[in-house]
Amino acid sequence: MFRTLSAAAIGLVFGTGIVISGMGNPAKVLNFFDLFGTWDPSLLLVMGSALTVTFTGYRFVFRRPAPVLDHKFHLPAKRPLDLPLIGGSALFGIGWGISGFCPGGALPALGSGEPSPLIFVAAMIGGILLASGLRAVSARRQALA
Amino acid sequence: MDTSFTPLEALLGGSLIGLAAVALMALHGRVAGMTGILTGALLLKADWNWRAAFLAGAVAAPLILLLLTGTPLHLQDELPSWALIAGGLLVGLGVSFGGGCTSGHGVCGIARLSKRSIVATLTFMAATFITVFVVRHVFGGF
Repeated sequence: MFRTLSAAAIGLVFGTGIVISGMGNPAKVLNFFDLFGTWDPSLLLVMGSALTVTFTGYRFVFRRPAPVLDHKFHLPAKRPLDLPLIGGSALFGIGWGISGFCPGGALPALGSGEPSPLIFVAAMIGGILLASGLRAVSARRQALA
Repeated sequence: MDTSFTPLEALLGGSLIGLAAVALMALHGRVAGMTGILTGALLLKADWNWRAAFLAGAVAAPLILLLLTGTPLHLQDELPSWALIAGGLLVGLGVSFGGGCTSGHGVCGIARLSKRSIVATLTFMAATFITVFVVRHVFGGF
């Protein structure tokens, strides 16, 4: 119960940061990437400050053997660079550039009640489920081969 | 559409995103990556409840800010639905294969100095720059 409440509170802080910083607003995001048009540098300061706080905070967090509410830190395993990482990130960038929404911006934007984040998130969930289906099919093929 | 440079809001909002990332690691031992959190909730992983709670908190943020300040979150965009759908599909596929997005790779991964996250972030930022340039300055917008 406490774990769930704590996660909700942290999600609220995250969403508040997105809304205050303007990163839930696709126009503001797209303008950051429009160096040769209506450039708005805000996103640079958003990522810069988020990174500074996280980089500093993580140094203290990782001095402890485990997090407060779990028995271990769940960190992604170290893996080499590969094609899915680079190709997937490139696809993500194209979609971000078309729509102005990234996952972290779009979810809080749902709370605006406007239709555009709803359309985007529905399609994004379709993409995530499609990718997970494709991966399951390819894993089964490899197991059979 | 023009938007104005908002340095104070950017620094305050970015710091809150960072604070949430640190708190999620300190308390839950989890990366505050929207892609990973959402995917785990969608696939109903065994630990879906903290994920659903995080998502609910994030979606509630504009409503709570509206109650506290009286200012609604206003999205400025005049994108056609097909662009939102195409963009959403590409983002969903891309972040799944790429293993993360701006929050997971761009903030949490770089903060851990992960080489994969640094390469992923440089890749998607470059792809976004090129896409916005092509859409706005080659095609003249949607």
